[in-house]
Amino acid sequence: MQLNHQVVIVGGGLAGLRAAIAAHDSGVTDVVIISQLPPVRSHSVAAAGGINGSLANHPNSKDDNWEKHMFDTVKGSDFLADQDAAEVMAKEAVPRILEMEHWGCPFSRNEDGTIAQRPFGGAGYPRTCYASDKTGHALLHTMYQQTRKRGIKVLQEYVVLELVVRDGRAVGLVAINFLTGELLTVKANAILFATGGAGKIYAHSTNNLLNTGLGIALAYHAGVPIKDMEFIQFHPTGLWGTNILMTEGCRGEGGYLVNNLGERFMVKYAPKAMELGPRDIVARSIQTEINEGRGFNLSGPGGGYVHLDLRHLGEAKIDDRLPEVREICKNFAGLDPVHTPIPVQPSQHYTMGGIDTNVHGETQVAGFYAAGECACVSVHGANRLGGNSLLDTIVFGKLAGDHMAAYVAGGSGPAANADAALADALTHIQQKITALQNGAGTEDGPTLRVELQETMFHHIGVFRDETLMADGLAKVRQLRERYKQVNVRHTGKVYNMDLLQQFELKGMIDVAEAIAAGALARKESRGSHARRDFTERDDVNFLRHTVASYTPDGVKLDYRPVTITRFQPEARKY
Amino acid sequence: MENFKLRVFRYDPETDAEPRYQTFTVPYRDGMTVLEALISVLEKQDSSLAFRYSCREAICGSCAMYISGAYVLACRVQVKDALEGDTVTVSPLPHMKVIKDLVVDMSKFWANYERVKPWLINDAPEPERERRQSPADRARYNKEIDCILCGACFAACPSGAKNEQYLGAHALVWANRFFVDSRDTAKKERLELTANEYGVFRCHTVFNCVEACPKHINQTEAIQNLKKAAMAYRLGLARY
Repeated sequence: MQLNHQVVIVGGGLAGLRAAIAAHDSGVTDVVIISQLPPVRSHSVAAAGGINGSLANHPNSKDDNWEKHMFDTVKGSDFLADQDAAEVMAKEAVPRILEMEHWGCPFSRNEDGTIAQRPFGGAGYPRTCYASDKTGHALLHTMYQQTRKRGIKVLQEYVVLELVVRDGRAVGLVAINFLTGELLTVKANAILFATGGAGKIYAHSTNNLLNTGLGIALAYHAGVPIKDMEFIQFHPTGLWGTNILMTEGCRGEGGYLVNNLGERFMVKYAPKAMELGPRDIVARSIQTEINEGRGFNLSGPGGGYVHLDLRHLGEAKIDDRLPEVREICKNFAGLDPVHTPIPVQPSQHYTMGGIDTNVHGETQVAGFYAAGECACVSVHGANRLGGNSLLDTIVFGKLAGDHMAAYVAGGSGPAANADAALADALTHIQQKITALQNGAGTEDGPTLRVELQETMFHHIGVFRDETLMADGLAKVRQLRERYKQVNVRHTGKVYNMDLLQQFELKGMIDVAEAIAAGALARKESRGSHARRDFTERDDVNFLRHTVASYTPDGVKLDYRPVTITRFQPEARKY
Repeated sequence: MENFKLRVFRYDPETDAEPRYQTFTVPYRDGMTVLEALISVLEKQDSSLAFRYSCREAICGSCAMYISGAYVLACRVQVKDALEGDTVTVSPLPHMKVIKDLVVDMSKFWANYERVKPWLINDAPEPERERRQSPADRARYNKEIDCILCGACFAACPSGAKNEQYLGAHALVWANRFFVDSRDTAKKERLELTANEYGVFRCHTVFNCVEACPKHINQTEAIQNLKKAAMAYRLGLARY
């Protein structure tokens, strides 16, 4: 079967839905969303703490403005963000957040009825708008409701397996209807990927279990470059045991980080900002406390942890501002943060890098766009600030959708050779699936995936050095060889989870190689990329983006200058 | 406990004439959730098993199932709490067609959600800034917005089981969420959509939904609120 649509959005999270709405509202009548999950199940739903915008609603933020937001973002990025992009995001923040309010988003409120804002890490002002500690859930449901209002078509539980590019032009997709197992092609004038991050390439991740980075891998395999992949965010406070996110809102509301001596240790690392330092610095501080023997469970299974102490906030404030944190702690750790400190450890959280785009979501392939966590504009550079990821999705989702509408209206119909290219691609995918099902099966896919995740967490992790990373990269390349012996055991068509898992694993390994190779080649410390052998930032040699391209023999790295407009790089102190 | 038994509902439309239960012996670890047990079976014992999951933290709503006699999220219920003797029994949500194993056809569930127009309606020109809303007005729908659309209440409801047209608790919760929102201006339309024999009056206050809800929402109260508002409107005690 072949479907034909003008604008195809892949991914039903915030960025994808916002892009679909933008394309629809700009006059495109034929927009379709293809989503692996019913859209409200997308990972945007798990974002907790809030969304940044200089609304200046808080008593302590009266002189906040977009430029200060931009500066905090750029400084937070360790000056790797492209400043033209950071400017767009900071300027667009206020209208996009107000739009979500107009669409019914249930933001928490101040006494005067304005949207409430809380302090967040690395921000000079309380500018993080929130809906208790379920902000992503509130935004995603609101956005989905707006797509229902508009009647935008959603193909849910369809998984895209190939992005088809011919002569530098995106022509369509190959997808599988997961409920029937039927393969189909989708011809499109313009395609956007909003497929989320690649957190599950790592062990100890806060991400949902499906964030395997498939979209990033499909783009990469189709010849679209991916950028700054070595910058992986470790969230300071993943719940020990499950690594479920304990939102930065915990610290925004006044929570303490405490070591086994009972000390608020952040005084040593960020004496002014304390617990509200940016995530890279706080995560490293926690890891240092653990590594130097001042954590808990230092040699036990599951790794060491420190305490996130909310007890002094009191039950009323916890129930008002952090109800989900309390609920998660009770259900998943068997403790009540009103009475007991929460055990936390740094956990993989966010993919700063991604598909290389500009502010309009355009990639180097005509007609192919990306937005949200799978994309790298870049606004987050080497370290994303909390509250900027939800913002990224709605700002750049809209801009990409607008641009796609203009692209389609400009007469860009489907490519001339699209049908033949799609037929070839369909055959290619069928062959791939057959090969996976007929494979030797001397290697076990799930075992390889766990090895990959552990390798990435320990070798390309919070602290890095040459030996560790070279060893990690070698292991990833061995896994790529071993993958050739993996097979799919279940040959049924309907809801074949085995097929999807083993199919995704190839992409995970290839993206992992890009992460590891980029990290190894970057001989400096910047943001989340912290090397013990090159401890300083090196602006002379590395104030530049890493651009990784796929070749059948492995990753090829290039570099591109960073766009600097308003703020010259300076020492980063908090 | 080293191992326990996971008894799973199985049905593959490609090979099975009838559904059946299959029992797996699964290694136990402290704190293990039923979702982890299912994933363990999928990856180590039987790669043909089908079930939905994603966030594993009770916020995405993917993994609602009927586990050892309760409507729950597989990610939120621990094996030790679901044991009946040495066995945990996992079945798909009832009242919906089984696609494969634990995966059911939820198209009716999603369609019913849309029937109540689950979006803010306010045709006044949008103000330059936010529409103001007091914390007290915001609190009026604070529970309803926790809904993750998992389907546990929809499956648990005996009224829904006996009537194809019934909207279901999930849709009515969202209807009430907008009905009580001070920013929404479509009060009358919302009552027309829900105050009928396939809406709030089909609720027989069995409270199964309340018991099933993993987010502690009181669906019955939300439905009663719409009933009361509809009666007041009919009696001329309220105008919209």
